[in-house]
Amino acid sequence: MAAGAQTGSEYIKHHLTNWTFGKDPSDGVWKIAETAQQAQEMGFYAIHLDSMGWSVALGFIFILLFSIVGKKATTGVPGGLQNSIEIIIEFIDSNVRDTFSHTNKLIAPMALTAFVWVLLMNLMDLVPVDFIPQIATYIGVHVYGMDPHHVYFKIVPTTDPNVTMGMSLSVFFLALFYSVKNKGMGGFVGELTLHPFTSKNFLIKLILIPINLFLEGVSLLAKPISHGLRLFGNLYAGEMIFILIALLPLYAQWTLSVPWAIFHILVIVLQAFIFMVLMVVYMNMAHDTGDH
Amino acid sequence: MEANGLIYIAGALMMGLGALGAAIGIGNLGGKYMEGIARQPELIPMLRTQMFIVLGLVDAVPMISVGIAFYLLFAVA
Repeated sequence: MAAGAQTGSEYIKHHLTNWTFGKDPSDGVWKIAETAQQAQEMGFYAIHLDSMGWSVALGFIFILLFSIVGKKATTGVPGGLQNSIEIIIEFIDSNVRDTFSHTNKLIAPMALTAFVWVLLMNLMDLVPVDFIPQIATYIGVHVYGMDPHHVYFKIVPTTDPNVTMGMSLSVFFLALFYSVKNKGMGGFVGELTLHPFTSKNFLIKLILIPINLFLEGVSLLAKPISHGLRLFGNLYAGEMIFILIALLPLYAQWTLSVPWAIFHILVIVLQAFIFMVLMVVYMNMAHDTGDH
Repeated sequence: MEANGLIYIAGALMMGLGALGAAIGIGNLGGKYMEGIARQPELIPMLRTQMFIVLGLVDAVPMISVGIAFYLLFAVA
């Protein structure tokens, strides 16, 4: 904690505010938000530069690392890096084979991307909470002459609900696309309207349509929301606890942050894995045409 | 003062009830897993993966409530 004048709750709020770029409603200028209040007022069309920057950068790290190792792969004795990447690919491959029972070339690469990308973004949570924000503050103050309290920098992209909900909505729309493609528009609508309750009588079937539509609609919409919020909630809770630990005096921090970080390694990998598995499960549901 | 008190009670309820539900769920899950592997030890690798998936699904709920409760207690109150 470098900023001594801040109280605990100000410190937490400062750490939970993104570096936001958007249109200020008071004067209509596109600029970087200077206070948390301003960042909030920018509303829907604001963009979180730190989340976007880190997630895109980590995505590039993933692509570069895997392509370099893929090009240099040998059939002889592999090195440590090639070994670990082969383990990841085999792990994803066997999981997708177990869960996904149809033919689609897109699913396994997508699962690999989602797993490694989410894992890398989650791993940023293990970087000490003040380390990179302090560097950003230093650069902001000494290069751009900003007020140190107005430099907002959040390094874990998955603690930003916009990132996780964006990913889960992409999966959702892809699942809708494959549903319509594989079952046809009629099959897709039929699945939504005729499914849990059904009857031989045509009139009763007609009466049951709104009930079915309601039940199936809720379960359809709950999928992307719970998918994105699960990842966000876990990482947000983890980050929140790291920030709270950082409020303790310096000599006492390690007694709590070390055990929590070790426990958090489990959470990080587990949540990345679950994000990947749920994605494959939703894709599998989109390919199930019903004729077993 | 009154509103702050309610926020503390809300945080306590969130953490307590979230942990209660998840503890029952994970207890059930772990017990069934033990029964399963005692009956068929050759299924351990498969069951372990499945158990961890469900564990992660159940675990998310109390973790989220702890995060939101801490946010309420330390940043809002």
